[in-house]
Amino acid sequence: MTEFVLTPGMIGFAATILKALFVIGMALQIVPGCIYFERKIAAYVQHRIGPNRVNFTIGTLRYLMPESMRDVIPEGLARVKLIPGSLQPLADAIKLAFKEEVIPEKADKLLYNLGPMLTFIPVGTALCFLPFGATLIVPDANLFGIEIQRTVIEMSVSNVVPGMLMLLAVSSLGVYGIACGGWGSGSKYPLMAAVRAAAQMVSYEVPLGIAFLIALASVGSLDGQEIVRNQAETWHGFGWLVFRQPLAALIFLVAMFAENNRLPFDLPEAEPELVGGYHTEYTGLKFAIFFLGEYCAMILMCGLFTTLFLGGWSLGPIEPVEVFGSTIEPLITAEGGILNVLLSVAVFTVKMLSVLLLQLWIRWTLPRFRYDQLMDLGWKVLTPLALANLAITAILISKFPNFTFFA
Amino acid sequence: MLASMFVGYVGLAAMGAICLIIGVVALLLSKILGPRRPTRVKQLPYECGVELIQSSARERYSIHFYLVAILFILFDLETVFLFPWAATMRYGVDPNAAMLRSVLLTEVLLFVGVLAVGLFYVWKRRGLEWD
Repeated sequence: MTEFVLTPGMIGFAATILKALFVIGMALQIVPGCIYFERKIAAYVQHRIGPNRVNFTIGTLRYLMPESMRDVIPEGLARVKLIPGSLQPLADAIKLAFKEEVIPEKADKLLYNLGPMLTFIPVGTALCFLPFGATLIVPDANLFGIEIQRTVIEMSVSNVVPGMLMLLAVSSLGVYGIACGGWGSGSKYPLMAAVRAAAQMVSYEVPLGIAFLIALASVGSLDGQEIVRNQAETWHGFGWLVFRQPLAALIFLVAMFAENNRLPFDLPEAEPELVGGYHTEYTGLKFAIFFLGEYCAMILMCGLFTTLFLGGWSLGPIEPVEVFGSTIEPLITAEGGILNVLLSVAVFTVKMLSVLLLQLWIRWTLPRFRYDQLMDLGWKVLTPLALANLAITAILISKFPNFTFFA
Repeated sequence: MLASMFVGYVGLAAMGAICLIIGVVALLLSKILGPRRPTRVKQLPYECGVELIQSSARERYSIHFYLVAILFILFDLETVFLFPWAATMRYGVDPNAAMLRSVLLTEVLLFVGVLAVGLFYVWKRRGLEWD
């Protein structure tokens, strides 16, 4: 009997598909959660309650039980709500799906339809370059007569050497969607908002790109996994670039808010001036796709900030370190079995969600900038600062190759 | 060898395909699911509840937006040129080759210097003003 052999190529291909489904599934899970928390945080900041009607109750669980057991839950307990309002985003999505599709008569049909797609697709695709976990080693094994060969699976969907450059390149295409949508609507307000959004996004791409560059130069690689490993190997596991390059981290954070059109930089959606923004003329699911793209961009940027500046999936050292004569075993190692990978994915998710929470929180804390202030901040403050930081980093790297602070 | 270089991009293709499917399905669903009762007023572009003032929305807007786009192309392209330097500078260069390091440093400082001078020039020519 010939044995069936799973080669590394086959396992790797299957793993790539699974990872792609996992990442996009996670993103689509985080988006409704994000909308819910955004509304809840907004409510608490403004002393309201926020969405609290649409939710499961404990009584809902009855429908999962066999009929004879439903009386186990008493009537009083059955009315207790589980996470009040948590199903609101789902209800909104269903409502949007059944709304009438109105295409304004002045619209350019092709661009109008392309707009939402071009905002969502590049951003969703760029998620594949994020390294979200430690490397998984599948050992040699023989399972039910199937021979498995040793395989190394990197925990990023698309593991390429210039990964971080590709991420920046692919995600930047999102500007086209907004421009297409605004121009294609054939209405003044969306056009104005789209022009503003495009100008703002490209303006802040310059400091963002330079801050990005500073982080990459400090690590000396364009590979996401290498960036995370480098941070975990420096300073006993806490050489996170946010400590080594605080100025670059701050510039990146500010530029990130502007890239995502978030308050305090949400000029493209300034309701008092522009009605709704570039999606004023959109209804139904097309509007939902715009929204999805926007939130996916937030997730992408938060994931990128985590990878570049917050040590990615690492928590403390990734190899045994000696502190005061005693050896400390690493909690998460760079390569390992399934448990190690799950732990690292959890760490990455928690870090990313913390940055996301910061974004939601700041939205309700700071007022909106004026457009000239926005442009001044981008071109006259952040860009010169980033250039200066880059020059200092370059000098330190080449004069003191083993120095890690600010280099 | 060539094939192994591109293995990593399978994930990019898979992810792109999934996102494309989500986008297309959503567009088709919005055509199928919703009702369709077009009226004259409903199809008009939004205009704060009054009659349409202009026949076309594509009128003139501030030249500054073009200027910003051009500046972006200049500065962002030049940062892209620095990416190979960032990737190789720290560990790609022999630590003992002090001469090579100095040459590379000089080149990068020149490059960043030119960028800074360009920014300063645009600033002084009032290219960054909004009024």
